[in-house]
Amino acid sequence: MAAVKALEVIFSGPLTTIQDRGRFGFGAYGVPPSGAVDSFSLRLGNRLLGNKEDDAGLEITFAGPALTALVNLAIAITGADMQPHINGNPAPMWCALVLRKGDRLSFKGIRSGFRAYLALGGGINVEKVMGSRSTNLGAGFGGLSGRPLIKGDILYAHDRKRHLKTEGAALPAQSIPAYTQSVELRVIFGPHHHHFDPEMLSLFQQTTYDVTEKLDRTGIRLKGTAIKEKTDLQTSIISEGVIPGAIQIPGDGQPIIVLGETVTGGYRKIATVISADLHRLGQLRPKNTVRFLPVSLKEAQNALEEMEAVIRSIK
Amino acid sequence: MLFEQPKYRAMGDRSLLVELGDEIQMEVHERVRRLFLAVKQASISTLLDAVPGYCSLLLVFDPLATTSDTIRKTIDSLFHGLDAFEIPEPADVKIPVVYGEEYGPDLDWVAKYHKATSEDVILWHTGTEYRVYMIGFTPGFPYMGELPDTLKTPRKETPRTAVPSGSVGLAQTQTGIYPTKSPGGWQIIGRTPLNLFDPLKNPPSLLQMGDRVRFFRISEEEMNHWQR
Repeated sequence: MAAVKALEVIFSGPLTTIQDRGRFGFGAYGVPPSGAVDSFSLRLGNRLLGNKEDDAGLEITFAGPALTALVNLAIAITGADMQPHINGNPAPMWCALVLRKGDRLSFKGIRSGFRAYLALGGGINVEKVMGSRSTNLGAGFGGLSGRPLIKGDILYAHDRKRHLKTEGAALPAQSIPAYTQSVELRVIFGPHHHHFDPEMLSLFQQTTYDVTEKLDRTGIRLKGTAIKEKTDLQTSIISEGVIPGAIQIPGDGQPIIVLGETVTGGYRKIATVISADLHRLGQLRPKNTVRFLPVSLKEAQNALEEMEAVIRSIK
Repeated sequence: MLFEQPKYRAMGDRSLLVELGDEIQMEVHERVRRLFLAVKQASISTLLDAVPGYCSLLLVFDPLATTSDTIRKTIDSLFHGLDAFEIPEPADVKIPVVYGEEYGPDLDWVAKYHKATSEDVILWHTGTEYRVYMIGFTPGFPYMGELPDTLKTPRKETPRTAVPSGSVGLAQTQTGIYPTKSPGGWQIIGRTPLNLFDPLKNPPSLLQMGDRVRFFRISEEEMNHWQR
């Protein structure tokens, strides 16, 4: 497939990586899924441009890069509001835009959320590694040589011309997620809720936790009321597989929400964030507060159907 | 203990933990490996991943395409045919290690902890055949056991922020190898020149769950004979 030089990185921002929906099927080799932490936003961006949902885009963490278009190119910016500007003029989010050759895309500063996503018409063209274009920063593979973007990088797009005519496609305003200071995360108890006394389980759901500075693509450390396992248990368990959204209780009792750069762990998991709320984890930032709301499997399934309906509403 | 029947625990709305035992033990490990290989061979299209642990298999599925009940039924039927299921013999892998000095900064501490010499530690470490119980922590990191009783060593009290790739470590009853530079709390006694993880190879990990591993000692000069 024809690949075209699409964007040049003028400066990178603190952490900008290439991500898609993730790398699955290699957990037995210790390979985690990686992928967009807020894949809902990336998938929407891709759909707005008529891309495949698993095409790769940029995940922009906390502050934006500056990029120059090397060709006429459709883009969509979703996720955190970092005040995108094109040639110094404010640019709308959650819709398909066209950058003209020579246009400069920049970001003025974060207003809400934590990670913005930039999808490009045709998707970013880099080699797939184990079936995915996502960057694995820990082991240094995938994306662009397994590293964050740096000044001078050139991003290629696949066959981008037919995407130019998506200009104007937009997500209905009522479907745009609001990234609030306090966040309620729906969870399903388990797999190790039986390792905690009922009082601890209710403490867990009554506590408002602070999101700490210790937050990266590996996990989110929270601070609040300590949760303790039953007295006759050891602080760690025998290592086993984990998924993003699993809420671990380490020795100090402060919950850690696992994200997609880990595939095994030795802490017990009191509860797991439901699939429909995973994308919210990508938008948490230090000083946000979190509460956990236990739901049933049926409620989790309905919530996921609703989320998928929003994505499907973009034709 | 090996369970007679699997215990199922939901991890959220899109994964199911299948527990086959409750301790680090060869019988449990072999049962996990058998079920893992059976699941792989069944190539269940709604399954996104299967992650073996010491005592369990985590099944990650597409929650829009299936439910944990359906997955559970599939696993139940695989489990009942498990003893008849033919699995490949594990591979025998020999791993060269330069022990001590800059490559194994904790060798002397480990020797002192066991009131032995570093030569004793090397003899004990190379004199045992290990099983790769699982791969995890970082891509390609093998958890291998069990260490002889004389070598069981606690983790470092303060983990290192960066352990060089190829470092061979000890922690409790296990020995492991860091495939990539990463933080880590294992006692580092040596380093292997072998490359444990290559993302462009298939499989990407040098070692597989179930492999039988032996370490042998090489000199610093010999390191270059092994291609990384």
